[in-house]
Amino acid sequence: MSAGPMNDSRTNDSRTLDVATIRADFPILEREFNGRRLVYLDSAASSQKPRQVLEAMDRYYETTHANVHRGVYQIAADATHQFEAGRAALARFIGASDPEEIVFTKNVTEAINLVAHSWGRTHLAEGDAVLLTEIEHHANIVPWLQLQQERGIELRYIPVDDDFELDLTDLDRLLDGVKLVGITAMSNVLGTIPPLRRIIDAAHAAGALVLVDGAQWVPHLPTDVAELDCDFFGFTGHKMLGPTGIGGLWARREILESMPPFLGGGEMIRDVRLDGFTPNDIPWRFEAGTPPIAEVIGLHAAIDYLDALGMDAVRRHEVELTTYAMEHLTGRFGDRITIHGPADPTTRGGVLSFAFGDLHPHDISQVLDQEAVCVRAGHHCAKPLMRRMGVGATARASLYLYNDESDVDALGEALASASDFFAF
Amino acid sequence: MPGLEDLYREIILDHYRNPRNRGELESPPAHRAEGFNPLCGDEIVVTLLVDGDTVTDLKIGGQGCSISQSSASMMSAAVKGKSVAEARGLVKAFKAMMSIHEAELDSDGEPDEVLDPEAEPGAKLGDLEALRGVVKFPVRIKCATLSWNTLVNALDDLES
Ligand SMILES: Cc1ncc(COP(=O)(O)O)c(C=O)c1O
Repeated sequence: MSAGPMNDSRTNDSRTLDVATIRADFPILEREFNGRRLVYLDSAASSQKPRQVLEAMDRYYETTHANVHRGVYQIAADATHQFEAGRAALARFIGASDPEEIVFTKNVTEAINLVAHSWGRTHLAEGDAVLLTEIEHHANIVPWLQLQQERGIELRYIPVDDDFELDLTDLDRLLDGVKLVGITAMSNVLGTIPPLRRIIDAAHAAGALVLVDGAQWVPHLPTDVAELDCDFFGFTGHKMLGPTGIGGLWARREILESMPPFLGGGEMIRDVRLDGFTPNDIPWRFEAGTPPIAEVIGLHAAIDYLDALGMDAVRRHEVELTTYAMEHLTGRFGDRITIHGPADPTTRGGVLSFAFGDLHPHDISQVLDQEAVCVRAGHHCAKPLMRRMGVGATARASLYLYNDESDVDALGEALASASDFFAF
Repeated sequence: MPGLEDLYREIILDHYRNPRNRGELESPPAHRAEGFNPLCGDEIVVTLLVDGDTVTDLKIGGQGCSISQSSASMMSAAVKGKSVAEARGLVKAFKAMMSIHEAELDSDGEPDEVLDPEAEPGAKLGDLEALRGVVKFPVRIKCATLSWNTLVNALDDLES
């Protein structure tokens, strides 16, 4: 595997995924529509949840629910303990040595906004540059555009080349005077995995910090923020088998400590007087109000589930399935199908954006829905990338640990029906 | 589940494959409006020329799915040559056709009297009736109404 910096050193683990057993853990995959089983190929938008996650959340509500960090009584202490255990599990899962460097947010969008709002408004002034890439999700563009409007910061973009890889030819020039680089670890449209380590090293040499959007990485590959050596790392729970409403930001302690609170209220303070307040320590300083306790507990169960499978095994499975999918679809449809994104399945994620004949993605997705095949159609919250690709929208099938070759075959069958229906 | 034939009627596919009044008029003198469907990325550009009270020419640009494109194409054919008031009447009648069924979908109640397209005097939907099936696919209603909302913006531009 040569997909990136985070997964090369621990390949002793040769487990393989038993997809049939995995599928049995996902109640939603038992649903049928018109006698057809659900074929879920939209995990890049949000993953499904195993029973273990749902049960952990139920168990918490049924036995332990109380507000955290406040009560003296037993269940409140247990709730606090479980909540903080979730933080510790998450830290370990992404390779962070200190759980207090993990701030819980509601999703990665909020994590990036936290950086832009708190770090950005403290450290960026008019004329300072932020370097992004053309393949970013809107979540890693709009907060910076807002800061541009408000502060007059300069935004630059690393371009994407015609092979759907980042074009780093001008990296040194682009980095000149840059304070922060914001970059996705994997494109949610193309599956492209940028050479993060190389970019991070160059950014640090140029005196810039690096924020990594790990939304599409953490669910699919082993993560090690220490090895990666980035400065901020955001992730989102609902794409990694966890519930909605929980995500987080990791950042190095000294950086978090340099950042003022984002939202004000309970939980985030040490002391409040009528004429002022003293903020709490990190990470609680950034967690104003009652946090999503059950969601943290659900996310912890998701991490345990992923750990039990092994992230190396998850990655291997997805590389194999992506290879199969690319071969199957191009074998079956030839040049009627165009799969956007890097051609080598071993260097990319299992996100397959495609064009099919001259069918509009919306129409493709509609016909596929008749066969209970769920794919996404649209701009995938990456309109600048869509413009760069010269398309308004794509259809996108994305693979995860509960998918297997039969799902890819079902996609092929459904595309053949679409082709028949629209007669091309 | 409603079948695909309910959605993709032959006449819709015909307008999709052979869109009428395709292109863009020079603006000015034409009035121009752009519409976006933020969900799916569809874009429609409506340019229209009015002489006196009559929409003498109208063109549709942009790109999108079969429903948004065929709806735009049929709209262009229906509106061209009509008065501005008649065009607005068609907009109302078309939107009523979409929303009556939208309401039926969630309440299964009687169609709302006020939204009855027949109550819109002089508005004959003709071919556009083929789009009636779209209401069974609520996600696609926005596709069908995109060009109509854009037309309203162009007419508003004209009257302001
Ligand atoms: C690369 C990337 N960044 C950010 C996001 C936003 O995630 P969320 O909506 O959970 O904040 C997504 C998912 O849609 C994504 O794929």
